[in-house]
Order: sequence, then C-alpha cells, then structure tokens
Amino acid sequence: MSEQGNHQAGQPFRSLEAPRPAAAGAEGDVVIRVRDLKVAFGEKVIMDGLDLDVMRGEILGFVGGSGQGKSVLTRTILGLVQKARGTIEVFGEDVDTLSTVQRRALERRFGVMFQQGALFSALSVKQNIQLPMREYLDLSPALLDDMAMVKLDLVGLPPDAADKSPSELSGGMIKRAALARALALDPDIVFLDEPTSGLDPIGAAEFDDLIVTLKQTLGLTVFMVTHDLDSLYSACDRIGALADKRVIAVGPLATMLASDHPWLKAYFGGERARARMPSEHREHAV
Amino acid sequence: MAIPDTAEPQAVFRDDAGTLAVMLAGSWSADRAPRIEALAREIGERVGQSSHARLDLSAVERLDTLGAYVLNRVKHDRESEGAAVEIVSKRPEHGVLLAEIEIHEREQPVSSRQFRIVDILVRIGAAVVRFGRDMVAGSMFLGEVVVASASVVLGPRKFRGPSMVNQIELIAFNGAPIIMLISFLVGCIVAQQGIFQLQQFGATAFVVNLTGILILRELAVLLTSIMIAGRSGSAITAEIGSMKMREEIDALRVMGLDPIEVLVVPRILALVVSLPILTFISAMSGLTGAALVSWLYGGIGIDTFLARLQSVITWKHFFVGLVKAPFMAFVIGLIASMEGLAVKGSAESLGRQVTASVVKAIFMVIVVDALFAMFFSSIAM
Repeated sequence: MSEQGNHQAGQPFRSLEAPRPAAAGAEGDVVIRVRDLKVAFGEKVIMDGLDLDVMRGEILGFVGGSGQGKSVLTRTILGLVQKARGTIEVFGEDVDTLSTVQRRALERRFGVMFQQGALFSALSVKQNIQLPMREYLDLSPALLDDMAMVKLDLVGLPPDAADKSPSELSGGMIKRAALARALALDPDIVFLDEPTSGLDPIGAAEFDDLIVTLKQTLGLTVFMVTHDLDSLYSACDRIGALADKRVIAVGPLATMLASDHPWLKAYFGGERARARMPSEHREHAV
Repeated sequence: MAIPDTAEPQAVFRDDAGTLAVMLAGSWSADRAPRIEALAREIGERVGQSSHARLDLSAVERLDTLGAYVLNRVKHDRESEGAAVEIVSKRPEHGVLLAEIEIHEREQPVSSRQFRIVDILVRIGAAVVRFGRDMVAGSMFLGEVVVASASVVLGPRKFRGPSMVNQIELIAFNGAPIIMLISFLVGCIVAQQGIFQLQQFGATAFVVNLTGILILRELAVLLTSIMIAGRSGSAITAEIGSMKMREEIDALRVMGLDPIEVLVVPRILALVVSLPILTFISAMSGLTGAALVSWLYGGIGIDTFLARLQSVITWKHFFVGLVKAPFMAFVIGLIASMEGLAVKGSAESLGRQVTASVVKAIFMVIVVDALFAMFFSSIAM
C-alpha cells in the first residue's frame, strides 16, 4: 500500500534517502514483559508461572486451546482481570507500581480490539472512533471529523460507513470499525482478540494484510490472539503457544514446528494446518 | 516513539531562492493538536503567498497520523490553488505514513432545519401511518393467535400444559403480593379522601358505596391490568424478544413448530387465567384497606361496613369488574408477544420493544376499559 502511494500522481512525499523497510526500533526491545504470572478464578487456576515477552514492532500471534486462557492473559495484561501473582512490565514499568494517573497514561498507548468489536451501539461508527479522541485530545470539530475519516480510511472502510450505526455493519466491517477505534489515539501496542474469527477467508486475508500494513506504517506492536492458521503463517512474526497454564513455546513458525509438545504437534501437524502451510515449512511438519 | 516527548511543534520559515522552505521540528502528534492546527494555518497562509514551498520534516521527532494528516491537508489545499508543495524528510517512516494518509474533500454539512412546521407535520404524519400499520399488524397477529388457539383446541395434544402452569406461577403467584399491597394502599387512600369529602355533607356512611363500587367495578381490574402490563407484559416481551435475537424463534420454525403455538398461546392463556384471579385478590385487598380506614378515620365499624357493603353491592358490580379481566389479559398478552416478535438483532431494539410493549399495553388497557364503560352503561349494568 505504501508503494502504491508513492507512485500516485501528485506524489505526497519525497524521501531524502533511499527507502528502506520501516524497521521499528531495535531488535530485542521488549515492550511487554510478563514474569511468573498466576491467574486464578476461585479454585480454578488458569495460569501459573507464565512468562512472556512481546518485542517492539512485532506481530505476536498467540495460540492455545479453547478455554486455556488466551483471552484471560490479554485481559490480565490490560488490567481487566486481577492476577494472583507475578509481574507485568509495560515499556519497562511495572504496572503494579504505577499511580492511577500513570496507569491512565499507559492505557492511552494501548489500542484494544475486542472479539465482538465492542462498538458502542448507541453511537455511530464515526462517534465511536471520536469518543477516545474527544476524551483525551483537544481537537477542533473539523479536525475531529477529518481524523475519524482518516482512521476509517486506514482500516479500509468506505466513507459512507461513518454515519452508520454498528448494528447496520457486516461482521467484517464491525472488525474494521473496531480496529479504527482501537487506532484512534495512535497507540503503540494493539491487542487484537481473534481479529479474523467470523470472517470469510478473503476478508480474513485482507484483514491480515491490513494489520501488516498498519504495523509498517504506524510502527505498531501487535499482540494478536488467534485461531486462524492463515494469520499465523502470513501475518505473524512470532507465535506464542499457551498450554498447561503457561507459555510452552515462543518463536517463529519453524520453532513451533520443531517443538515436541504434544499439543503443538497436534495443532501444527494436523491435516488442516499442513494443507495451509507455506511450502518451505511443509517438510518440517511431517 | 517510546515515551511521548515534550518538544513543542515548531515551524521555521526561510526563503530559499524563490521557494519557501519550512523547517518543521518537535513532536507533531495528537497531544499537541491545538498548536499543530495553529501552525498549519500559519504554514497554509505563508505557502499561499508563494508559489513553491517545501516542508522539511527531517527535524521532526515524532509524527503520528494527526500530524501527517494536517501536513497533507496543507499540501492538498494549496496544490488545489495551484501552488507547488513538496514534503521531504530523511526519515523513511515519515514517508510511509504520509503516503498512507489520504485527503478526502470535506463535505459541506447540509442544514436540514429549515422548515420546522413542515418537519413537525411530517413527523405527525409518519406517526399516524405507523399507528395504522400497528393496528393492521395487530389484527393480523390476532388472527394468527386465534388460528393457533383453534388448532390447540382441535388437537389438545398440542396444548402445552407445563408451560402454561409455569407462566401462571410467574404471573399470578409471584405477582400476587405486590398487587395485594398496592390495592390495599389505594383502597385506603380512596376511603380516606371519600370520608373527608363526604363528612361535609354528613354522609360519611356513603364511603362504603363509594369504595365498594369504585374498587369492584374499576379500580381492582385497572390496577391489576396496569401492574401486569408492567410486570409480566415486559417480561414476556423481553423473553420472546431475546429468543428472537438469538435466532431461537427461527430454530423453532425450522423444526416445524409454530412459535405462536409454542410460545404465545401458553402465555396468553396463562394471562387470561391469572388476571381474573389477581383482580379478585386485588378487589379483596382494596376493600380491606377501605374497611380499615373507614373504621379508623370514619368510625364505621367493620361489621357495619360489611353489612352496608352487602346491601349496596349487587352481583353485577362484582361481575362487571371481573368480566373485563380476561379481555385485558388478552390485550396485554397480544401486545407483549407481538412486540417481542418484532425485536431485531440488537440489544437496543430489545429495550425499545419492551418499552413500547408496556406503553401500548397500558394505553390499550385504558381504552378497553373505556369501551366497557360505554357498553355497560348502554345495557344498563
């Protein structure tokens, strides 16, 4: 998309240097560090001794069986679920030591897209996107409208979607509108909970491309809970796998395929996984 | 892009051999929107005065979508006026971002508030049409319910006894205490007001006629119907509506079951059975309240009250009140089920229909009561 932009008539931008891929930050720059995390609901322990690092500028895909606590982990990092033990550091700061004001400032740098979109049903799409901007930024009404349109455009929604209410949108459009709202404040980290669930394969592939493009243009770090094998193969830089109440493996696809863990073998060695796998990995999986 | 920095956005203007060079610096991000907007206006004006301009972003520390948009907007607006504007930077990520943000023409907001009177007339007209459609839809639904009820009568195996008994428990048994309480209180209030007014004529004893006839003919059935419309009508709408929302109604249909037969008929029957029972309970509580107040305030002993009640109240007052109850129940059940089935996919639609169900049911209860009043007076009851 960026290349297309540069070839358009009335080129908007001239670089003073030869273009290189937008490398976002140095390698090994950890933005979220989770250590020895334990989460329990009453007697039921969901996670115990979980460690996880999310690097700056990467798309981390997170997999795990149903009910293994992928969403709970996301919600714990976001502070929506209380943890029983352990530390969570975001941008090098332990979230437990932050004051309420600091915590609010930190949350501004998160963008969250919930599984069902969680768009406010009483507001139009445009008002949904503008809500965080109104709350946190001091924009003139004209600029507020313009910025909502910019975000809509970024996520590939047509301008006439702006005045629709969420109930008038299709599943794919709801996902895009929810992403537009997540991007409203130009966050550094975006959490996506099953972004492609409920989309047809074409819509899902478009969404994956969109996330990769946005990561490159906006320098996002993306934490994505997903079950979509195509997303894992095409969009994610690294994959984390949750089983047995902890992260059993983290790394690129090759690491997953090389793992001996029975759940990972079943997940990536299954018929569905092999059929969709990029050819260069296929022999690993056998 | 780590920690939001504190650098103010800045623009330095310099004339570079006929080209206006604008050196931008600082943080061009959404946190500094007012300053950025002011700067953009200034840049726009300065660029407008010269035909060539170059915006140099090399010293910009942070650029987000808002900064990129504002700069693109300046370029776009000035270029449409014929100026040549160029945006340059040493940072490739700026280029990627600037290329991604497109400018759309601003639409002029259309002012729609010109003909206020016409607007009001349009809304009144729309409301009348809607009311007419509601009536048509209501009578069609009534027809469906009658057909479904007939098929239940013809094939008693289709009758859903357990479902109806369950509904009767929810409507009559669980609803009885609150109806007893408010009827008792309203009986007290009516008796007390009656005593104070009738005292002026020395006719305190007529409070028995007043409360007896009022409660038995009108108050008991109206209070009960309005309470049931609010309590059980809303519950029925919400229950059927949430089933509609989750496609459970469609699931019934594809199984070959008629939702009206399965869901609506048992509920309406339960209401038709429950409402007369509750009306009777309500009348008795109301009379108890009236008797108590007559004794405490009016000095009319309970035995006197009962004796007088027996002499003034004939069976027809009792009958007039009670005979209305099943009709009220039918109207409430019909409206509640119809509104429930009219729910669309969203939760706010459910809320809207529940409100509509209660409002319409209470309105229709009062209309039906007025029709009965006309009917009974014309047959001299």
